[in-house]
Amino acid sequence: MSVTTSHVEPSIAGVGDYIALMKPRVMSLVVFTAFVGLVVAPDRLHPVIGFVALLCIAVGAGAAGALNMWYDADIDGRMARTAARPIPAGRIAPGEALAFGLTLAAFSVVLLGLIVNIAAAALLATTIAFYVIIYTVWLKRRTPQNIVIGGAAGALPPMIGWAAATGGLSLEPVLLFLIIFFWTPPHFWALSLYRADDYARAGVPMLSVVAGPAETRLQIIVYTLILAPLGILPWILGYASSVYGAVAAAAGAAFLLLALRLRGEQRGFAASKQLFAFSILYLFLLFAALLVDHVTPALFGHFGA
Amino acid sequence: MRVSALMTDEKPDRGVKLTERQVRARRARSIAIAVALGVLVILFYIVTLVKGPAVLVRPL
Repeated sequence: MSVTTSHVEPSIAGVGDYIALMKPRVMSLVVFTAFVGLVVAPDRLHPVIGFVALLCIAVGAGAAGALNMWYDADIDGRMARTAARPIPAGRIAPGEALAFGLTLAAFSVVLLGLIVNIAAAALLATTIAFYVIIYTVWLKRRTPQNIVIGGAAGALPPMIGWAAATGGLSLEPVLLFLIIFFWTPPHFWALSLYRADDYARAGVPMLSVVAGPAETRLQIIVYTLILAPLGILPWILGYASSVYGAVAAAAGAAFLLLALRLRGEQRGFAASKQLFAFSILYLFLLFAALLVDHVTPALFGHFGA
Repeated sequence: MRVSALMTDEKPDRGVKLTERQVRARRARSIAIAVALGVLVILFYIVTLVKGPAVLVRPL
């Protein structure tokens, strides 16, 4: 008779590893867009309640990131970009990441529901579930449309911010959702152009792997042609000032120009890298312009009104 | 004789021996959890003050 004993190596995970598990860079974009959604909403929240709402959204985004890293640990280990993440690097055990992610997810949703409102909590729960179940588990390894449909999860935070302030939704937050939704494919496909080898090694069917760089460049241009006018729509519909309209028009034109430059990219990936970097700036500029639009009159009053 | 020998014998240490790195990591995690709990206590206190009696209202 043999006796087997299971032995679990004590963890060497530091606090920084758990922070890395929450994808802080993605989280910062989520918090920023949610903050803009909260500020542009017509109803005002008490600053403390607003802070709690943003904290819950940040923690919820971190939970989704941790659960994504738990599920994707195998493919993360095969890609240069992600091999140093805490799970594939062996600093955090998969079970620890799963428990961490589930705890944060439950905590953030319940707290948002109890302190802010149920609508915002329901949207946050939907966002986490969509990112983990629909994108990570279902779509990511199965279809080149993974980031197109999965992009909905990243586009929801402004709607959560709006719902936190108002308890409901309207056309304006849906517009913000659509802007991020149509921004996601050109953003990630630009990255996938110069990381195609990485994705192929991991078996992730990104568009650049499955359909090749020429088709990816064409799709980037198509989505940019939808995104650029969509970015101006808040001004056209009267939700934002002409300053926002000018910023969105200029940034959209620059985005389209950089997307068109991809067609001439034969060797190296300078144009793809440039587009990827600019896409982040584009989203930041649009939301920052919206923020300034709504904060400036509150700070200085309506001159000449 | 036998009993006293047993009493004086040192017991073999079968517990898990943590390395220096593991001890430091555990301490850092414990401090982070303590700080997070402390922040939550303060946050809940402030939220209760801000919401007043409405803190008990849970419209569904």
